[in-house]
Amino acid sequence: MTRIAASTPYRVRLILNGRERVGQAESRMLLSDFIRHELGATGTHLGCEHGVCGACTVRVDGVASRACLMLAVQAEDRCIDTVEGLCDGDALGDLQAAFKRHHALQCGFCTAGILNSCVEFLEKMPEPSELDVRDMLSGHLCRCTGYTGIVAAVLEVAAQRRGAQPETPHV
Amino acid sequence: MKPAAFHYARPDSRSEVLKLLAETGSDSRVLAGGQSLMAVLNMRLAEPALVIDIGDVADLSYIEIRDDRLCIGANTRQAELLAWPDLAERVPLLTQAMPWVGHFQTRNRGTVCGSVAHADPSAELPLCLAVLGGEIVLERRHWRRGKRVVPAAEFFHGVLTTAREPDELLTEVRFPLARAAHQYHFTEVAMRHGDFALVALAAAIGPDEIRLGVGGVADRPVVRRIPRDVDLDTELNTFAWSLGAEDDGHASAAYRRQLVRELGRKLLTETKP
Repeated sequence: MTRIAASTPYRVRLILNGRERVGQAESRMLLSDFIRHELGATGTHLGCEHGVCGACTVRVDGVASRACLMLAVQAEDRCIDTVEGLCDGDALGDLQAAFKRHHALQCGFCTAGILNSCVEFLEKMPEPSELDVRDMLSGHLCRCTGYTGIVAAVLEVAAQRRGAQPETPHV
Repeated sequence: MKPAAFHYARPDSRSEVLKLLAETGSDSRVLAGGQSLMAVLNMRLAEPALVIDIGDVADLSYIEIRDDRLCIGANTRQAELLAWPDLAERVPLLTQAMPWVGHFQTRNRGTVCGSVAHADPSAELPLCLAVLGGEIVLERRHWRRGKRVVPAAEFFHGVLTTAREPDELLTEVRFPLARAAHQYHFTEVAMRHGDFALVALAAAIGPDEIRLGVGGVADRPVVRRIPRDVDLDTELNTFAWSLGAEDDGHASAAYRRQLVRELGRKLLTETKP
């Protein structure tokens, strides 16, 4: 049994974007704060901190999860993937490049979380309909784009990955 | 929006969880998927002395059929239930209701039992459990009377309040399997898909009677038995008024009553024979 006393630092080891990382966390520290402040990966943003806005969405062992609804100590020995892991060296990944092309972001605050949801979504559903994409996006709040550019970008990447032409989304 | 300090324990076995609950009772909270509890902790609506994380208790993660019930363990995630291949055939009401439970990002971690234990009046899973007449299994550390099975009708006491005693762990929920010649339907109205329901309705329609359940209006899911030979509009109107709807920031009481009448009629009449 793992036991951690309140307000006592605890050594948390996890795999962040494929690299082993170690930091100190109190039991009450959220995974989102641990990633940002202990590990310095500030690409993950925090909006509402109660699971509604989706900005802090990361992948925990491959599945999209709210980093604000998880304790850092719960992530011990797990694989955490964040937006920092999506690029290929200095080049943007295909999802990121499509977001740029389609103006799927403006201020960019919500984008990291949306990209992480998209990664798992496209793995599970390689041929999504526009409705599927919009349903997936219902777990995220974006106040700039109106979502249309995001839907277009996701559909385009899905089509590219299977070598087909993307459908044009309805406005 | 950060939790207050707490002691943390992550036991490996059910008996260790029950021992901790016996020692701490109402000073502790059980953490499974965290999709309700972590929000409550972040907003400091609860400040427990001890958080007991049951994530490492392997024998609490299962989906299995026993007798005529689908039994789901306390660590089983909502996404796992939705992906269970026999769900549409065995408990079709859940196939319809599960996509309304939060978003896929929260269903990935949120547990079925956690939603039932949290007992939000607008939550879909407690409503389904009530309409189907399911059961909740509670366990505590006791040499003889360690386990009790509570019918859903007696489990939900009010907003975030249940029959669970502070030293008990909700270990399992049991959904009755679909019965022959019955139909099951679910619908909901929310501001956005995945938001809390303004009104949610679930129905089990049998040859002799209809069981109609409403969530999001009263302080708990409410189920009414409707005989097949009554005037449906009158029955739905009586049901809508009986729920004690109140105005709040999301909707007026009158709107909620109207949703019960309209969606109720739609759910019970616009379905195939």
